[in-house]
Amino acid sequence: MPGMTMTEKILAKHAGRSHVDPGENIWVDVDVLMTHDVCGPGTIGIFYEKFGKNAKVWDPMKVVVIPDHYIFTADEKCHRNVQILRDFVREQGLKYYYDPEFVKNEPGMPNPYKDPTKTNYKGVCHKALPEEGHVRPGEIMLGTDSHTCTAGAFGMFASGVGNTDAAFTLGTGKTWLKVPPTMKFMFHGQIPPYLTAKDLILAVIGEIGVDGATYRSMYFAGDGVSSLTLEDRMTLTNMAIEAGGKNGVCDVDEKTLKYVRARSNVPTWDVVKDDAGAKYIYEHEWDLATMEPMVAKPHSPDNKDTARNCSDVKVDRAYIGSCTGGKITDMIMAASILKGNKVKVRTFVVPGSTEVHADMKKLNLRGVEKGPNEKSIEDILVDAGCLVGPSGCAACLGGPADTFGRLQSTETCISTTNRNFPGRMGSKSAAVYLASPLTVAASALTGHVTDPREFVSEPIETGMAGVM
Amino acid sequence: METIITGKAYVLGDNIDTDQIIPAQYLSFNPSLPEERKFFGMYANSGVPENQAGLPQGKTPFVRPNEFKSDYTIVIGGKNFGCGSSREHAPLALAEAGIKAVIAEFYARIFFRNSINGGYLLPLESTQRLVEKIRTGDELEIDLKAGKVTNKTQKQTYQLQPVGDVLPIIEAGGVFDYAKKAGMLK
Ligand code: SF4
Repeated sequence: MPGMTMTEKILAKHAGRSHVDPGENIWVDVDVLMTHDVCGPGTIGIFYEKFGKNAKVWDPMKVVVIPDHYIFTADEKCHRNVQILRDFVREQGLKYYYDPEFVKNEPGMPNPYKDPTKTNYKGVCHKALPEEGHVRPGEIMLGTDSHTCTAGAFGMFASGVGNTDAAFTLGTGKTWLKVPPTMKFMFHGQIPPYLTAKDLILAVIGEIGVDGATYRSMYFAGDGVSSLTLEDRMTLTNMAIEAGGKNGVCDVDEKTLKYVRARSNVPTWDVVKDDAGAKYIYEHEWDLATMEPMVAKPHSPDNKDTARNCSDVKVDRAYIGSCTGGKITDMIMAASILKGNKVKVRTFVVPGSTEVHADMKKLNLRGVEKGPNEKSIEDILVDAGCLVGPSGCAACLGGPADTFGRLQSTETCISTTNRNFPGRMGSKSAAVYLASPLTVAASALTGHVTDPREFVSEPIETGMAGVM
Repeated sequence: METIITGKAYVLGDNIDTDQIIPAQYLSFNPSLPEERKFFGMYANSGVPENQAGLPQGKTPFVRPNEFKSDYTIVIGGKNFGCGSSREHAPLALAEAGIKAVIAEFYARIFFRNSINGGYLLPLESTQRLVEKIRTGDELEIDLKAGKVTNKTQKQTYQLQPVGDVLPIIEAGGVFDYAKKAGMLK
């Protein structure tokens, strides 16, 4: 029998089959289903409409509900939507719910959490899922959010679905999938100090286009990927959807296992590897030593260029946040450039999760617990003139008009987020450049798009930040 | 399933993403409540930049101010229609506005899946690029059995791609009815 890829093997196993081929439609058992405050209310509505008003979810331990999108807004409907999630969680007896207890359904802007270590609220779902132990090699996760593919960094099949699909899975534990063929992206060498996974994925999307992986799986391989931190691998798989990918995966190694062992709320999992004879529909290789810091110019993630080529572009603001670029390692990278300097443009920082926010207060620039007289990562960012907001999706997707960092007019923003479609971060007349946290921080200091090599010469150590 | 769909065309370009189809600021409406669901029709396609709204001339609103329904029944798109987020609000918004079918060169995966599984509209694929051939406001007739779309205004007929292996789900009216028919659901 011909060899299978990791994605094919995971799908086959969950369909109760020994072999599947790309293009086949199969029914699979789902291990984890995640929903949030934007798509949850619609999903819950369809679930009760189709399965009846007394319906129960297929497995209350396998449903994870994470409000994250519209939390810090005075918009009453947004607060109402969080309440719909709460009611559902109570009715269904769900264990895994991360409540923004500071949204009390009172009119007006809710107070942010006082202490990120003392709140059940988590922040952005794709960052919270692995932190809270919902992500494991070899499993299938579906989420009502296109960036659910992020979890593929841990060697699982993870993909975004809509409300109807999610409602179907809620009631049955199953979904139908077309087995995708796999594209293989090989990176050779060690990641140099001026590059991050963001540069790699922008190069990939620039190469294959925003539709280059439509109906396909993206496999990121090679010693270049092994040299990345787990958080940086999450940046690769996170943006698989920006190339149209159904999912993205990385190999499982000791780094993965260390993380999952420390966090998983299920004791066992299956490490799956590509067979030697696995077939790929496309292969491309890069040498990390010859790659450059990249940007995606307005208004598409595949509009690639080097940061250096765009040095004449003036920026009005910088944004460091989201499930793509709001992790603790992203914060450390940005802070190492901003340290001791002052930003020239308004710079917004949004931690990807409350754990990231807690770490920003606790850790120093090397990713270890700071001494009593040492500055924390948050101190360094605030001293540099950054505005630090509470964890959540915030301006990554624009959101209600009062959203922290939202673009309101014809501004140019350089951002660590993942999409720069017209209007994505707010105003339709704004222009967004996507870049790595290093490039965004460098640009915030100069006021124009800036290659971070002007500021970084030594490797930036992140220690165990984001792992333990 | 209707096999003939007629109505006016609204023409858009390539890579129409779900933020353009329904901007994030309107996602706080709950589609499960009828009195809120209709607002998705009002704001459908409101994120499309003005000069690309209703090609070739642009500046043509998809839904007139303060109305819930569009004058158009069929959307024509180019490549990668519906890319971006997984929000099912996108096909739902088009359907609420009165759209019965989209004809594009090809779709982003999640939009295609949501359109079919939720039974909102027909995501059809053309065999050639129609964005420059059909004009916003042209009267179209889609004949699903024959796999053709006729532009009655310009007296032209174009071939559509076969619907393929998702036809049973479309015919059933969505994934729930399909699973019922297949005996998977009671
Ligand atoms: S941070 Fe942005 S991309 Fe990530 S889940 Fe939130 S809105 Fe989506």
